[in-house]
Amino acid sequence: MVSVADAPGLVVARDLTKRFGPKVAVDRLSFTVEPGRVTGFLGPNGAGKSTTMRLITGLDRPDGGTATIGGVAYGQLAKPLTRVGALLEARSVHPGRSARNHLLFLAQTQGLPAKRADEVLDLVGLREVANKRAGGFSLGMTQRLGIAAAMLGDPPVLMLDEPVNGLDPEGIRWVRTFMRQLASEGRTIFVSSHLMSEMAVTADYLVVIGRGRLIADSSTDDFIARSSERSVLVRSPDTARLRELITGNGGAVQETEGDGGLVVTGLPAPRIGELAASAALVLHELTPRLPSLEEAFMELTADSVEYGKVEHGKVEHGKVEHGKVEHGKVEHDTGSAS
Amino acid sequence: MMAGLLTAEWTKIRSVRSTLWSLLAFVVVAVGFSALIALVISNTWNSPGNHPNHLRLLEDPTEVLFGAGLGLGQLAICVLGVIVMSSEYSTGAIRASLLAVPRRIPMLAAKAIVFALLDLVVSAIVVFAVFFISTAILRSHVSITLSEPGVTRACIGGILYLTVLGLFALAIGGLIRHTAGAVATVIALVLVVPPLITLIPGTLANHIHGYLPTVAGQLVAQSSQQPADVLSAWQGFGVFCLWTIVLLGVSGWLLVRRDA
Repeated sequence: MVSVADAPGLVVARDLTKRFGPKVAVDRLSFTVEPGRVTGFLGPNGAGKSTTMRLITGLDRPDGGTATIGGVAYGQLAKPLTRVGALLEARSVHPGRSARNHLLFLAQTQGLPAKRADEVLDLVGLREVANKRAGGFSLGMTQRLGIAAAMLGDPPVLMLDEPVNGLDPEGIRWVRTFMRQLASEGRTIFVSSHLMSEMAVTADYLVVIGRGRLIADSSTDDFIARSSERSVLVRSPDTARLRELITGNGGAVQETEGDGGLVVTGLPAPRIGELAASAALVLHELTPRLPSLEEAFMELTADSVEYGKVEHGKVEHGKVEHGKVEHGKVEHDTGSAS
Repeated sequence: MMAGLLTAEWTKIRSVRSTLWSLLAFVVVAVGFSALIALVISNTWNSPGNHPNHLRLLEDPTEVLFGAGLGLGQLAICVLGVIVMSSEYSTGAIRASLLAVPRRIPMLAAKAIVFALLDLVVSAIVVFAVFFISTAILRSHVSITLSEPGVTRACIGGILYLTVLGLFALAIGGLIRHTAGAVATVIALVLVVPPLITLIPGTLANHIHGYLPTVAGQLVAQSSQQPADVLSAWQGFGVFCLWTIVLLGVSGWLLVRRDA
Protein backbone atom coordinates (compact mmCIF):
# COMPACT_ATOMS: atom_id res chain seq x y z
CA MET A 1 0.00 0.00 0.00
CA VAL A 2 1.38 3.35 -1.04
CA SER A 3 -0.80 5.64 1.02
CA VAL A 4 -0.14 6.58 4.58
CA ALA A 5 -2.91 5.32 6.84
CA ASP A 6 -3.76 8.78 8.12
CA ALA A 7 -4.01 10.60 4.79
CA PRO A 8 -7.24 12.57 5.20
CA GLY A 9 -8.90 10.90 2.24
CA LEU A 10 -8.22 7.31 3.18
CA VAL A 11 -11.16 5.18 4.31
CA VAL A 12 -10.17 1.94 5.99
CA ALA A 13 -12.47 -0.83 7.19
CA ARG A 14 -10.91 -3.54 9.34
CA ASP A 15 -12.85 -6.70 10.20
CA LEU A 16 -16.12 -4.79 10.35
CA THR A 17 -18.86 -7.01 11.70
CA LYS A 18 -22.53 -6.29 12.31
CA ARG A 19 -25.23 -8.69 13.41
CA PHE A 20 -28.96 -8.09 13.41
CA GLY A 21 -30.22 -10.81 15.70
CA PRO A 22 -29.03 -14.14 14.28
CA LYS A 23 -28.35 -12.62 10.85
CA VAL A 24 -24.80 -11.52 10.11
CA ALA A 25 -25.21 -8.47 7.89
CA VAL A 26 -21.52 -7.57 7.66
CA ASP A 27 -18.97 -10.28 8.25
CA ARG A 28 -15.34 -9.38 9.08
CA LEU A 29 -15.22 -6.99 6.17
CA SER A 30 -11.88 -5.34 5.41
CA PHE A 31 -11.08 -2.97 2.58
CA THR A 32 -9.42 0.34 1.82
CA VAL A 33 -10.82 3.17 -0.24
CA GLU A 34 -8.21 5.48 -1.71
CA PRO A 35 -8.32 9.11 -2.78
CA GLY A 36 -8.33 10.33 -6.36
CA ARG A 37 -10.60 7.74 -7.84
CA VAL A 38 -14.18 6.56 -7.86
CA THR A 39 -14.50 3.33 -5.92
CA GLY A 40 -17.67 1.42 -6.65
CA PHE A 41 -19.24 -0.56 -3.83
CA LEU A 42 -21.09 -3.42 -5.48
CA GLY A 43 -23.19 -6.24 -4.21
CA PRO A 44 -26.59 -7.83 -4.62
CA ASN A 45 -29.50 -6.39 -2.67
CA GLY A 46 -29.10 -7.25 1.00
CA ALA A 47 -25.35 -7.83 0.67
CA GLY A 48 -24.68 -5.29 3.42
CA LYS A 49 -23.62 -2.22 1.42
CA SER A 50 -25.83 0.26 3.24
CA THR A 51 -25.07 -1.28 6.61
CA THR A 52 -21.33 -1.00 5.91
CA MET A 53 -21.72 2.69 5.10
CA ARG A 54 -23.78 3.21 8.26
CA LEU A 55 -21.05 1.49 10.27
CA ILE A 56 -18.33 3.70 8.74
CA THR A 57 -20.30 6.86 9.56
CA GLY A 58 -21.17 5.74 13.08
CA LEU A 59 -24.94 5.59 12.62
CA ASP A 60 -24.78 1.90 13.53
CA ARG A 61 -22.46 0.42 16.14
CA PRO A 62 -20.31 -2.41 14.83
CA ASP A 63 -20.28 -5.68 16.77
CA GLY A 64 -16.63 -5.99 15.87
CA GLY A 65 -13.88 -4.33 13.88
CA THR A 66 -13.17 -0.69 13.17
CA ALA A 67 -13.62 1.87 10.43
CA THR A 68 -11.51 5.00 10.12
CA ILE A 69 -11.41 8.05 7.90
CA GLY A 70 -7.95 9.52 7.67
CA GLY A 71 -7.01 7.30 10.60
CA VAL A 72 -9.81 8.59 12.85
CA ALA A 73 -13.11 6.92 13.73
CA TYR A 74 -16.11 8.93 12.49
CA GLY A 75 -17.39 9.51 16.02
CA GLN A 76 -14.11 11.17 16.97
CA LEU A 77 -14.13 13.71 14.13
CA ALA A 78 -14.62 17.22 15.50
CA LYS A 79 -16.35 18.67 12.44
CA PRO A 80 -17.27 15.49 10.56
CA LEU A 81 -19.01 17.19 7.62
CA THR A 82 -15.73 18.91 6.71
CA ARG A 83 -14.05 15.48 6.55
CA VAL A 84 -16.71 13.19 5.11
CA GLY A 85 -19.81 13.96 3.10
CA ALA A 86 -22.35 11.17 3.14
CA LEU A 87 -25.55 10.59 1.21
CA LEU A 88 -26.99 7.54 2.90
CA GLU A 89 -30.73 7.58 2.44
CA ALA A 90 -32.74 10.14 0.57
CA ARG A 91 -35.22 10.21 3.44
CA SER A 92 -32.96 12.05 5.86
CA VAL A 93 -34.77 15.37 5.77
CA HIS A 94 -37.71 16.66 7.79
CA PRO A 95 -40.44 17.10 5.14
CA GLY A 96 -41.69 20.25 6.85
CA ARG A 97 -38.32 21.99 6.75
CA SER A 98 -37.15 24.01 3.77
CA ALA A 99 -34.10 22.88 1.84
CA ARG A 100 -32.22 25.97 2.97
CA ASN A 101 -33.06 25.52 6.66
CA HIS A 102 -32.02 21.87 6.46
CA LEU A 103 -28.61 22.90 5.12
CA LEU A 104 -28.45 25.90 7.47
CA PHE A 105 -28.75 23.85 10.65
CA LEU A 106 -26.18 21.36 9.35
CA ALA A 107 -23.80 24.27 8.59
CA GLN A 108 -24.32 25.67 12.09
CA THR A 109 -23.32 22.38 13.73
CA GLN A 110 -19.98 22.62 11.90
CA GLY A 111 -19.41 26.31 12.52
CA LEU A 112 -19.72 26.95 8.77
CA PRO A 113 -21.08 30.29 7.52
CA ALA A 114 -24.74 30.39 6.44
CA LYS A 115 -23.75 31.39 2.91
CA ARG A 116 -22.30 27.90 2.50
CA ALA A 117 -25.90 26.59 2.38
CA ASP A 118 -26.64 28.84 -0.60
CA GLU A 119 -23.41 27.82 -2.31
CA VAL A 120 -24.23 24.12 -2.23
CA LEU A 121 -27.83 24.84 -3.29
CA ASP A 122 -26.36 26.55 -6.37
CA LEU A 123 -24.01 23.62 -6.88
CA VAL A 124 -26.86 21.11 -7.15
CA GLY A 125 -29.28 23.47 -8.90
CA LEU A 126 -31.84 23.81 -6.11
CA ARG A 127 -31.51 27.57 -5.53
CA GLU A 128 -34.98 28.30 -6.87
CA VAL A 129 -36.69 25.92 -4.44
CA ALA A 130 -34.42 26.78 -1.48
CA ASN A 131 -37.31 28.03 0.63
CA LYS A 132 -39.77 25.30 -0.35
CA ARG A 133 -40.57 22.52 2.09
CA ALA A 134 -38.49 19.44 1.34
CA GLY A 135 -41.58 17.22 1.68
CA GLY A 136 -42.80 18.48 -1.68
CA PHE A 137 -39.62 17.54 -3.51
CA SER A 138 -39.44 14.80 -6.13
CA LEU A 139 -37.11 11.90 -5.44
CA GLY A 140 -34.59 13.44 -7.82
CA MET A 141 -34.68 16.79 -6.01
CA THR A 142 -34.40 15.02 -2.65
CA GLN A 143 -31.30 13.21 -3.92
CA ARG A 144 -29.83 16.53 -5.04
CA LEU A 145 -30.53 17.99 -1.60
CA GLY A 146 -28.75 14.99 -0.06
CA ILE A 147 -25.76 15.61 -2.32
CA ALA A 148 -25.83 19.30 -1.35
CA ALA A 149 -25.71 18.26 2.32
CA ALA A 150 -22.79 15.93 1.58
CA MET A 151 -20.88 18.76 -0.15
CA LEU A 152 -21.62 21.31 2.59
CA GLY A 153 -18.29 20.97 4.37
CA ASP A 154 -16.28 20.63 1.12
CA PRO A 155 -14.99 17.27 2.40
CA PRO A 156 -12.10 15.23 0.98
CA VAL A 157 -14.21 12.07 1.24
CA LEU A 158 -17.67 11.41 -0.19
CA MET A 159 -19.73 8.33 0.55
CA LEU A 160 -22.82 7.97 -1.60
CA ASP A 161 -25.33 5.16 -1.20
CA GLU A 162 -27.19 4.56 -4.47
CA PRO A 163 -26.98 8.24 -5.52
CA VAL A 164 -28.64 7.77 -8.91
CA ASN A 165 -31.71 6.06 -7.47
CA GLY A 166 -34.79 7.77 -8.77
CA LEU A 167 -32.92 10.14 -11.06
CA ASP A 168 -33.83 10.67 -14.69
CA PRO A 169 -31.17 10.04 -17.37
CA GLU A 170 -30.07 13.66 -17.22
CA GLY A 171 -29.74 13.46 -13.45
CA ILE A 172 -27.78 10.23 -13.71
CA ARG A 173 -25.35 11.88 -16.13
CA TRP A 174 -25.03 14.83 -13.82
CA VAL A 175 -24.14 12.64 -10.83
CA ARG A 176 -21.70 10.61 -12.91
CA THR A 177 -19.87 13.69 -14.20
CA PHE A 178 -19.93 15.21 -10.74
CA MET A 179 -18.33 12.15 -9.14
CA ARG A 180 -15.65 11.91 -11.82
CA GLN A 181 -14.84 15.58 -11.40
CA LEU A 182 -14.59 15.30 -7.61
CA ALA A 183 -12.31 12.27 -7.96
CA SER A 184 -10.09 14.16 -10.40
CA GLU A 185 -9.74 16.87 -7.73
CA GLY A 186 -8.12 14.19 -5.59
CA ARG A 187 -11.11 13.37 -3.40
CA THR A 188 -12.13 9.92 -2.29
CA ILE A 189 -15.42 8.83 -3.85
CA PHE A 190 -17.02 5.72 -2.42
CA VAL A 191 -20.27 4.98 -4.18
CA SER A 192 -22.57 2.01 -3.79
CA SER A 193 -24.85 0.76 -6.49
CA HIS A 194 -26.61 -2.33 -7.66
CA LEU A 195 -26.62 -0.93 -11.21
CA MET A 196 -23.72 -2.71 -12.88
CA SER A 197 -23.89 -0.69 -16.09
CA GLU A 198 -23.64 2.49 -14.03
CA MET A 199 -20.58 1.27 -12.14
CA ALA A 200 -18.92 0.05 -15.34
CA VAL A 201 -18.78 3.62 -16.67
CA THR A 202 -18.22 5.42 -13.35
CA ALA A 203 -15.95 3.37 -11.12
CA ASP A 204 -12.20 2.98 -11.54
CA TYR A 205 -12.03 0.54 -8.71
CA LEU A 206 -14.45 -1.92 -7.15
CA VAL A 207 -15.14 -3.31 -3.72
CA VAL A 208 -17.55 -6.19 -4.24
CA ILE A 209 -19.37 -7.86 -1.37
CA GLY A 210 -21.91 -10.62 -1.03
CA ARG A 211 -23.60 -11.77 2.16
CA GLY A 212 -21.60 -9.21 4.08
CA ARG A 213 -18.26 -10.61 2.98
CA LEU A 214 -15.63 -9.31 0.63
CA ILE A 215 -15.68 -10.98 -2.77
CA ALA A 216 -13.35 -8.76 -4.73
CA ASP A 217 -11.25 -5.67 -4.19
CA SER A 218 -9.68 -4.73 -7.50
CA SER A 219 -9.72 -2.33 -10.42
CA THR A 220 -12.82 -2.52 -12.60
CA ASP A 221 -10.75 -3.76 -15.57
CA ASP A 222 -9.09 -6.51 -13.55
CA PHE A 223 -12.41 -7.54 -12.11
CA ILE A 224 -13.88 -8.06 -15.56
CA ALA A 225 -10.73 -9.68 -16.95
CA ARG A 226 -10.60 -12.16 -14.09
CA SER A 227 -13.98 -13.53 -14.94
CA SER A 228 -13.74 -16.91 -16.67
CA GLU A 229 -16.84 -16.35 -18.70
CA ARG A 230 -15.42 -15.43 -22.13
CA SER A 231 -17.23 -15.69 -25.40
CA VAL A 232 -16.63 -15.16 -29.12
CA LEU A 233 -19.05 -13.53 -31.52
CA VAL A 234 -19.03 -15.28 -34.92
CA ARG A 235 -20.93 -14.55 -38.10
CA SER A 236 -21.10 -16.59 -41.22
CA PRO A 237 -23.42 -16.61 -44.25
CA ASP A 238 -23.92 -20.33 -43.52
CA THR A 239 -25.06 -20.23 -39.90
CA ALA A 240 -26.33 -23.81 -39.86
CA ARG A 241 -22.96 -25.34 -40.85
CA LEU A 242 -21.09 -23.06 -38.49
CA ARG A 243 -23.29 -24.16 -35.63
CA GLU A 244 -22.73 -27.81 -36.48
CA LEU A 245 -18.99 -27.28 -36.71
CA ILE A 246 -18.78 -25.61 -33.32
CA THR A 247 -21.01 -27.97 -31.38
CA GLY A 248 -19.23 -30.87 -33.03
CA ASN A 249 -15.93 -29.60 -31.57
CA GLY A 250 -17.09 -29.07 -28.02
CA GLY A 251 -18.28 -25.47 -28.13
CA ALA A 252 -21.62 -24.13 -27.00
CA VAL A 253 -23.65 -21.84 -29.18
CA GLN A 254 -26.17 -19.17 -28.49
CA GLU A 255 -27.85 -17.21 -31.23
CA THR A 256 -27.81 -13.43 -31.00
CA GLU A 257 -31.12 -11.79 -31.47
CA GLY A 258 -32.30 -11.71 -35.05
CA ASP A 259 -29.10 -10.83 -36.89
CA GLY A 260 -27.73 -14.31 -37.40
CA GLY A 261 -24.68 -13.95 -35.17
CA LEU A 262 -23.58 -16.77 -32.88
CA VAL A 263 -22.13 -16.32 -29.41
CA VAL A 264 -19.74 -19.17 -28.80
CA THR A 265 -18.46 -20.27 -25.43
CA GLY A 266 -16.02 -23.06 -24.76
CA LEU A 267 -13.84 -22.45 -27.79
CA PRO A 268 -11.24 -19.69 -28.13
CA ALA A 269 -11.39 -17.38 -31.18
CA PRO A 270 -8.22 -18.77 -32.93
CA ARG A 271 -9.56 -22.31 -32.66
CA ILE A 272 -12.88 -21.27 -34.23
CA GLY A 273 -10.97 -19.57 -37.07
CA GLU A 274 -8.92 -22.69 -37.70
CA LEU A 275 -11.99 -24.92 -37.69
CA ALA A 276 -13.76 -22.66 -40.16
CA ALA A 277 -10.71 -22.54 -42.47
CA SER A 278 -10.30 -26.29 -42.51
CA ALA A 279 -14.02 -26.65 -43.34
CA ALA A 280 -13.74 -23.93 -46.05
CA LEU A 281 -16.43 -21.93 -44.29
CA VAL A 282 -16.63 -18.18 -44.87
CA LEU A 283 -16.63 -16.06 -41.71
CA HIS A 284 -17.83 -12.45 -41.68
CA GLU A 285 -16.94 -11.76 -38.10
CA LEU A 286 -14.85 -13.33 -35.38
CA THR A 287 -14.76 -11.18 -32.25
CA PRO A 288 -13.52 -12.29 -28.82
CA ARG A 289 -15.68 -10.68 -26.17
CA LEU A 290 -14.94 -9.84 -22.57
CA PRO A 291 -17.90 -10.33 -20.29
CA SER A 292 -19.76 -7.22 -19.24
CA LEU A 293 -19.32 -6.06 -15.67
CA GLU A 294 -22.77 -7.42 -15.05
CA GLU A 295 -21.84 -10.89 -16.27
CA ALA A 296 -18.62 -10.86 -14.27
CA PHE A 297 -20.54 -9.73 -11.23
CA MET A 298 -23.22 -12.38 -11.62
CA GLU A 299 -20.58 -15.07 -11.95
CA LEU A 300 -18.69 -13.98 -8.87
CA THR A 301 -21.72 -13.44 -6.70
CA ALA A 302 -23.84 -16.35 -7.92
CA ASP A 303 -23.15 -18.25 -4.75
CA SER A 304 -23.55 -15.36 -2.40
CA VAL A 305 -26.87 -14.02 -3.52
CA GLU A 306 -29.13 -13.43 -0.56
CA TYR A 307 -31.80 -15.94 -1.54
CA GLY A 308 -29.17 -18.53 -2.47
CA LYS A 309 -31.05 -19.95 -5.41
CA VAL A 310 -30.56 -19.88 -9.14
CA GLU A 311 -32.96 -20.93 -11.80
CA HIS A 312 -33.27 -24.65 -12.39
CA GLY A 313 -30.89 -25.52 -9.64
CA LYS A 314 -29.84 -25.32 -6.08
CA VAL A 315 -26.72 -23.51 -5.06
CA GLU A 316 -24.68 -24.56 -2.14
CA HIS A 317 -23.04 -21.48 -0.87
CA GLY A 318 -19.44 -21.16 -1.87
CA LYS A 319 -16.78 -20.32 0.60
CA VAL A 320 -15.93 -16.70 0.06
CA GLU A 321 -12.97 -15.27 1.79
CA HIS A 322 -11.09 -12.02 1.56
CA GLY A 323 -10.80 -11.50 -2.14
CA LYS A 324 -10.74 -15.12 -3.17
CA VAL A 325 -13.58 -17.11 -4.50
CA GLU A 326 -14.12 -20.81 -4.47
CA HIS A 327 -17.10 -21.53 -6.55
CA GLY A 328 -20.02 -23.14 -4.88
CA LYS A 329 -21.15 -26.47 -6.09
CA VAL A 330 -24.22 -26.33 -8.22
CA GLU A 331 -26.40 -29.33 -7.84
CA HIS A 332 -28.97 -29.53 -10.55
CA ASP A 333 -32.30 -30.85 -9.60
CA THR A 334 -32.97 -33.72 -11.94
CA GLY A 335 -36.68 -33.63 -11.70
CA SER A 336 -36.92 -35.55 -8.48
CA ALA A 337 -38.80 -33.86 -5.74
CA SER A 338 -36.53 -33.05 -2.86
CA MET B 1 -18.81 24.04 19.48
CA MET B 2 -21.73 23.99 21.92
CA ALA B 3 -22.81 27.44 20.64
CA GLY B 4 -23.02 25.97 17.15
CA LEU B 5 -25.11 23.06 18.39
CA LEU B 6 -27.50 25.40 20.22
CA THR B 7 -27.91 27.62 17.14
CA ALA B 8 -28.49 24.54 15.01
CA GLU B 9 -31.17 23.18 17.36
CA TRP B 10 -32.84 26.60 17.37
CA THR B 11 -32.86 26.56 13.55
CA LYS B 12 -34.40 23.08 13.63
CA ILE B 13 -37.13 23.94 16.10
CA ARG B 14 -38.15 27.23 14.49
CA SER B 15 -38.14 25.87 10.95
CA VAL B 16 -41.00 23.38 11.30
CA ARG B 17 -44.64 24.31 11.51
CA SER B 18 -45.49 21.86 14.29
CA THR B 19 -43.64 24.15 16.74
CA LEU B 20 -45.73 27.18 15.85
CA TRP B 21 -49.00 25.25 15.85
CA SER B 22 -48.34 23.52 19.18
CA LEU B 23 -47.38 26.78 20.90
CA LEU B 24 -50.34 28.57 19.37
CA ALA B 25 -52.66 25.81 20.61
CA PHE B 26 -51.03 26.11 24.04
CA VAL B 27 -51.60 29.87 24.26
CA VAL B 28 -55.15 29.82 22.88
CA VAL B 29 -56.35 26.87 24.97
CA ALA B 30 -54.68 28.00 28.20
CA VAL B 31 -55.69 31.66 28.04
CA GLY B 32 -59.08 30.97 26.44
CA PHE B 33 -60.24 28.33 28.91
CA SER B 34 -59.00 30.25 31.92
CA ALA B 35 -60.85 33.35 30.79
CA LEU B 36 -63.96 31.29 30.11
CA ILE B 37 -63.93 29.72 33.58
CA ALA B 38 -63.34 33.13 35.19
CA LEU B 39 -66.29 34.56 33.25
CA VAL B 40 -68.55 31.69 34.31
CA ILE B 41 -67.58 32.10 37.96
CA SER B 42 -68.04 35.86 37.72
CA ASN B 43 -71.44 35.70 36.04
CA THR B 44 -72.83 33.12 38.47
CA TRP B 45 -71.23 34.74 41.51
CA ASN B 46 -74.50 35.48 43.30
CA SER B 47 -76.39 32.40 42.25
CA PRO B 48 -76.96 29.79 44.94
CA GLY B 49 -74.59 26.82 44.81
CA ASN B 50 -71.55 28.80 43.74
CA HIS B 51 -70.32 28.95 47.30
CA PRO B 52 -67.63 26.24 46.88
CA ASN B 53 -65.95 28.31 44.16
CA HIS B 54 -65.79 31.30 46.48
CA LEU B 55 -64.17 29.21 49.17
CA ARG B 56 -61.65 27.67 46.77
CA LEU B 57 -60.77 31.06 45.35
CA LEU B 58 -59.98 32.32 48.83
CA GLU B 59 -58.12 29.18 49.93
CA ASP B 60 -56.03 28.54 46.81
CA PRO B 61 -56.73 31.17 44.16
CA THR B 62 -54.23 29.89 41.59
CA GLU B 63 -55.74 26.40 41.63
CA VAL B 64 -58.99 27.84 40.30
CA LEU B 65 -57.27 30.28 37.96
CA PHE B 66 -54.80 27.79 36.46
CA GLY B 67 -56.75 24.53 36.80
CA ALA B 68 -58.79 24.38 33.64
CA GLY B 69 -56.74 26.41 31.18
CA LEU B 70 -53.28 25.18 32.06
CA GLY B 71 -54.58 21.69 32.78
CA LEU B 72 -55.71 21.41 29.18
CA GLY B 73 -53.09 23.67 27.62
CA GLN B 74 -50.26 21.58 29.10
CA LEU B 75 -51.19 18.81 26.66
CA ALA B 76 -49.90 20.97 23.78
CA ILE B 77 -46.56 21.23 25.60
CA CYS B 78 -46.56 17.43 26.03
CA VAL B 79 -47.17 16.95 22.31
CA LEU B 80 -44.50 19.48 21.29
CA GLY B 81 -41.96 17.98 23.69
CA VAL B 82 -42.50 14.53 22.18
CA ILE B 83 -42.45 15.79 18.57
CA VAL B 84 -39.21 17.75 19.01
CA MET B 85 -37.49 14.42 19.60
CA SER B 86 -39.61 11.77 17.86
CA SER B 87 -39.97 13.68 14.57
CA GLU B 88 -36.22 13.26 14.06
CA TYR B 89 -36.84 9.52 13.89
CA SER B 90 -40.17 9.50 12.05
CA THR B 91 -38.81 11.74 9.28
CA GLY B 92 -35.31 10.23 9.08
CA ALA B 93 -33.79 13.62 9.87
CA ILE B 94 -31.96 11.91 12.75
CA ARG B 95 -29.49 10.51 10.18
CA ALA B 96 -28.57 13.99 8.95
CA SER B 97 -28.40 15.21 12.56
CA LEU B 98 -26.11 12.42 13.74
CA LEU B 99 -23.86 12.56 10.67
CA ALA B 100 -23.27 16.21 11.58
CA VAL B 101 -23.01 15.56 15.33
CA PRO B 102 -21.86 11.99 15.91
CA ARG B 103 -21.44 12.70 19.64
CA ARG B 104 -25.03 12.13 20.51
CA ILE B 105 -25.21 13.36 24.11
CA PRO B 106 -24.21 16.95 23.23
CA MET B 107 -26.87 16.92 20.51
CA LEU B 108 -29.53 15.77 22.99
CA ALA B 109 -28.32 18.33 25.54
CA ALA B 110 -28.46 21.17 23.02
CA LYS B 111 -31.94 20.12 21.93
CA ALA B 112 -33.16 19.93 25.55
CA ILE B 113 -31.68 23.35 26.43
CA VAL B 114 -33.15 25.12 23.39
CA PHE B 115 -36.57 23.57 23.84
CA ALA B 116 -36.59 24.26 27.60
CA LEU B 117 -35.76 27.94 27.01
CA LEU B 118 -38.50 28.29 24.40
CA ASP B 119 -40.94 26.48 26.67
CA LEU B 120 -39.90 28.71 29.61
CA VAL B 121 -40.47 31.95 27.71
CA VAL B 122 -43.83 30.93 26.24
CA SER B 123 -44.99 29.48 29.57
CA ALA B 124 -44.06 32.69 31.39
CA ILE B 125 -46.14 34.71 28.94
CA VAL B 126 -49.06 32.27 29.21
CA VAL B 127 -49.04 31.95 33.02
CA PHE B 128 -48.96 35.70 33.63
CA ALA B 129 -51.52 36.30 30.88
CA VAL B 130 -53.83 33.74 32.51
CA PHE B 131 -53.29 35.27 35.93
CA PHE B 132 -53.89 38.88 34.96
CA ILE B 133 -56.79 38.24 32.59
CA SER B 134 -58.59 35.96 35.07
CA THR B 135 -58.10 38.26 38.05
CA ALA B 136 -59.24 41.23 35.97
CA ILE B 137 -62.45 39.39 35.10
CA LEU B 138 -63.07 38.53 38.78
CA ARG B 139 -62.03 41.92 40.15
CA SER B 140 -65.55 43.11 40.93
CA HIS B 141 -66.07 40.12 43.26
CA VAL B 142 -62.70 39.22 44.70
CA SER B 143 -59.27 40.80 44.71
CA ILE B 144 -56.39 38.44 44.03
CA THR B 145 -52.93 39.98 43.71
CA LEU B 146 -49.37 38.70 43.38
CA SER B 147 -48.64 39.94 46.90
CA GLU B 148 -50.96 37.44 48.54
CA PRO B 149 -49.23 34.53 50.26
CA GLY B 150 -48.03 31.89 47.87
CA VAL B 151 -49.44 33.49 44.74
CA THR B 152 -46.19 34.75 43.19
CA ARG B 153 -44.54 31.45 44.04
CA ALA B 154 -47.43 29.60 42.41
CA CYS B 155 -47.09 31.65 39.22
CA ILE B 156 -43.36 31.05 39.00
CA GLY B 157 -44.03 27.43 39.98
CA GLY B 158 -46.51 27.09 37.11
CA ILE B 159 -43.91 28.35 34.65
CA LEU B 160 -41.27 25.97 36.02
CA TYR B 161 -43.73 23.05 35.98
CA LEU B 162 -44.60 23.64 32.32
CA THR B 163 -40.91 23.91 31.43
CA VAL B 164 -39.97 20.65 33.14
CA LEU B 165 -43.09 19.00 31.68
CA GLY B 166 -41.76 19.79 28.20
CA LEU B 167 -38.46 18.09 29.03
CA PHE B 168 -40.35 15.14 30.57
CA ALA B 169 -42.23 14.70 27.27
CA LEU B 170 -39.03 15.15 25.25
CA ALA B 171 -37.35 12.39 27.25
CA ILE B 172 -40.25 10.01 26.60
CA GLY B 173 -40.19 10.98 22.90
CA GLY B 174 -36.53 9.90 22.88
CA LEU B 175 -37.31 6.63 24.66
CA ILE B 176 -40.24 5.57 22.50
CA ARG B 177 -39.22 7.29 19.21
CA HIS B 178 -42.71 6.89 17.71
CA THR B 179 -44.75 10.06 17.91
CA ALA B 180 -48.16 8.44 18.45
CA GLY B 181 -46.93 5.97 21.05
CA ALA B 182 -44.95 8.60 22.93
CA VAL B 183 -47.79 11.16 22.93
CA ALA B 184 -50.20 8.50 24.18
CA THR B 185 -47.76 7.52 26.94
CA VAL B 186 -47.18 11.07 28.13
CA ILE B 187 -50.88 11.93 28.15
CA ALA B 188 -51.66 8.71 30.00
CA LEU B 189 -49.05 9.61 32.62
CA VAL B 190 -50.40 13.15 32.96
CA LEU B 191 -54.16 12.61 32.74
CA VAL B 192 -55.08 8.95 33.14
CA VAL B 193 -52.76 7.30 35.65
CA PRO B 194 -53.17 9.78 38.57
CA PRO B 195 -56.99 9.45 38.91
CA LEU B 196 -56.73 5.66 38.46
CA ILE B 197 -54.29 5.41 41.36
CA THR B 198 -56.64 7.34 43.63
CA LEU B 199 -59.26 4.64 43.08
CA ILE B 200 -57.08 2.18 44.97
CA PRO B 201 -58.01 2.33 48.66
CA GLY B 202 -55.35 2.72 51.37
CA THR B 203 -52.60 5.14 52.33
CA LEU B 204 -49.97 3.40 50.15
CA ALA B 205 -51.94 4.31 47.02
CA ASN B 206 -52.18 7.86 48.35
CA HIS B 207 -48.40 8.00 48.68
CA ILE B 208 -47.81 6.51 45.24
CA HIS B 209 -50.22 9.07 43.83
CA GLY B 210 -48.33 11.88 45.57
CA TYR B 211 -45.03 10.85 44.00
CA LEU B 212 -46.34 10.52 40.43
CA PRO B 213 -44.38 12.92 38.20
CA THR B 214 -47.03 15.47 37.30
CA VAL B 215 -48.99 15.15 40.56
CA ALA B 216 -45.81 16.05 42.45
CA GLY B 217 -44.83 18.66 39.88
CA GLN B 218 -48.12 20.55 40.00
CA LEU B 219 -47.84 21.19 43.76
CA VAL B 220 -45.50 24.11 43.13
CA ALA B 221 -48.18 25.80 41.01
CA GLN B 222 -50.77 25.92 43.83
CA SER B 223 -50.66 28.76 46.29
CA SER B 224 -51.38 26.84 49.47
CA GLN B 225 -50.78 23.35 50.80
CA GLN B 226 -53.84 21.08 50.75
CA PRO B 227 -54.51 18.49 53.48
CA ALA B 228 -54.26 15.57 51.04
CA ASP B 229 -50.85 16.61 49.66
CA VAL B 230 -48.08 14.17 50.52
CA LEU B 231 -45.28 16.58 49.62
CA SER B 232 -44.65 20.30 50.02
CA ALA B 233 -44.59 22.54 46.95
CA TRP B 234 -40.83 22.51 46.38
CA GLN B 235 -40.44 18.86 47.46
CA GLY B 236 -43.00 17.99 44.82
CA PHE B 237 -41.18 20.00 42.18
CA GLY B 238 -37.93 18.28 43.18
CA VAL B 239 -39.56 14.86 42.73
CA PHE B 240 -40.82 15.91 39.27
CA CYS B 241 -37.33 17.14 38.31
CA LEU B 242 -35.85 13.86 39.51
CA TRP B 243 -38.26 11.85 37.34
CA THR B 244 -37.36 14.03 34.38
CA ILE B 245 -33.60 13.84 34.93
CA VAL B 246 -33.76 10.04 35.22
CA LEU B 247 -35.85 9.73 32.04
CA LEU B 248 -33.53 12.12 30.16
CA GLY B 249 -30.59 10.06 31.37
CA VAL B 250 -32.12 6.80 30.13
CA SER B 251 -33.08 8.52 26.89
CA GLY B 252 -29.49 9.72 26.40
CA TRP B 253 -28.07 6.31 27.25
CA LEU B 254 -30.37 4.63 24.72
CA LEU B 255 -29.57 7.30 22.12
CA VAL B 256 -25.91 6.35 22.39
CA ARG B 257 -26.59 2.61 22.49
CA ARG B 258 -29.17 2.24 19.75
CA ASP B 259 -28.55 2.31 16.01
CA ALA B 260 -30.01 5.41 14.45
